[in-house]
Amino acid sequence: MSMIQDYRFNPKNGIEFGLYSLGDRMPDPLTNEFVSEKQRIDELVETATFAEEAGLDFFGLGESHQEYFVSQAHAVILGAIANATNRIKIGSDATILSTSDPVRVFENFATLDLLSNGRAELVAGRASRLGLFKLLGYDVEDYGDLFEEKFKLLLKIANNEKVTWSGKFRPPLDNAEIFPRPLNGKMPIWRAVGGPAQSAIKAGKAGVPMTLAMLAGPVSRFKETIYYYRQSLRLNGYDPADFPITTGGVFYTAKDMSTALREYYPRLNVGMTRANGYGFNKRLFAMQRDPLEVMAIGNPDEIVEKLLYQYEQFGMQRYIAHIDFGGVPHKKVMEEIETIGTKILPKLRKYTQTYESEAFQKGGMKE
Amino acid sequence: MKVVLISGAVTGSNTFTVLKALQKELNQQAPEAEVTLLDLRNLNLVFSDGRDFREYEGDTRLVAETIMAADALIFGTPVYQAGISGALKNVLDLLPARALADKVTTAVITAGSPHHFLIADYQLKPILAFMKATLLPATLFVESKDIIDHQIVTDEIKTRVKRLAQDLILTTKSYQAQLQLLEDELF
Repeated sequence: MSMIQDYRFNPKNGIEFGLYSLGDRMPDPLTNEFVSEKQRIDELVETATFAEEAGLDFFGLGESHQEYFVSQAHAVILGAIANATNRIKIGSDATILSTSDPVRVFENFATLDLLSNGRAELVAGRASRLGLFKLLGYDVEDYGDLFEEKFKLLLKIANNEKVTWSGKFRPPLDNAEIFPRPLNGKMPIWRAVGGPAQSAIKAGKAGVPMTLAMLAGPVSRFKETIYYYRQSLRLNGYDPADFPITTGGVFYTAKDMSTALREYYPRLNVGMTRANGYGFNKRLFAMQRDPLEVMAIGNPDEIVEKLLYQYEQFGMQRYIAHIDFGGVPHKKVMEEIETIGTKILPKLRKYTQTYESEAFQKGGMKE
Repeated sequence: MKVVLISGAVTGSNTFTVLKALQKELNQQAPEAEVTLLDLRNLNLVFSDGRDFREYEGDTRLVAETIMAADALIFGTPVYQAGISGALKNVLDLLPARALADKVTTAVITAGSPHHFLIADYQLKPILAFMKATLLPATLFVESKDIIDHQIVTDEIKTRVKRLAQDLILTTKSYQAQLQLLEDELF
């Protein structure tokens, strides 16, 4: 395993900055504007395209199969994004593997890797919304077992030209060849981890990189999950230095903290109610102004300060911002990308990249 | 103000009788309040299996959503085998961990003997506190000798019913008003 070869990260370049979307389509609680499905999908493609123009590193898209969501066929939309972009890395975030066939998922994403000229990544998760279990007739009782079995099979397909396999939830494979193969034979496959440390420990056991979703809470709580992940890698014979970590969470920036909190709260609160059934406690939300809390909210400098603190604590290789949740208008999303590209990303790169400066190379900075 | 009373007995009527009296008292003391009494005898609930509460169907979903929308709650239970009823514990298990945050709650325990006087404090309150409920100091313990033919007959219990309703309204109104002020000033 190698950070550079297998996961396409060069640590010397500093932290990668990306975006991710759940592909939700919700009325904006502030204006009640509610765009069509067609428009929302076009906006997702445009968001990724503009993220590339602004110099961002990654765009991820998830799937949810219920009202207020539009990216059920997330791999298809990512195909359009592959075609519309040239440089930005693209991936799912996350693919619900539990209720999908790993063969089909691998075929889709290997194809995406070919279409995008080697830019595709696959993030596999267990699902935080269970619409697909109902639609496809899966038993929620098997929530954990389904994922573990299918994730193992997915990794086996990714790492072997020929696969012989048998399990509980899918017919066996006998010396089967799965086509197509990713551009350079390999494609990054991540495990999506929510709150619980248990899932992080399993990611370490499998020897795969981890994408950690962080909604709210103190940085120290998530640091613990990351610690468990790296310990689990070590205990299973891997070197944590070979595995990238992505952290991500909601992101909102405005001219000052109060404006950001005021503008964003209704989107998050109503959006969470629509997506998950219950809103976001307003007092807990107000605490997110604290630099020690993970939520990336505030003016651009406050966000830089928060993310650098998290970088110090986590040492993650990529941060992904969730900027379009809960009906945030597309125009605002585009403004945010511009702000990230001009006011946030340059500072993050400056403080996290480790290649020798020109002065250093000339010997001027040596002690 | 939405007040929800849950009678956690699937058989017998003592818990329901006390909650009915509390409902009447709450309606008198706070006519503007919307007071709902859920009687588990008439509701057909499935066992909690850990799913999101909105994904249950029928009565199970109705009970979970009614509780989630409440400002104040009274959980009533008979004592079975020195504990709260399984039916009431199942209702609590349907809900998210922080389900009772910003809700004022208290408990009514009905029992056949005084042996179980501390069930509210030793067993039910720790669960409600874990779910982030704001707990009234007072609870109500009613023995079966206090209820004859579906009526509370002991003056002491009648007085406590009035006091508990009063405590609940006072605390809920104060909490809601102060919470509103605090939230308005947050950002």
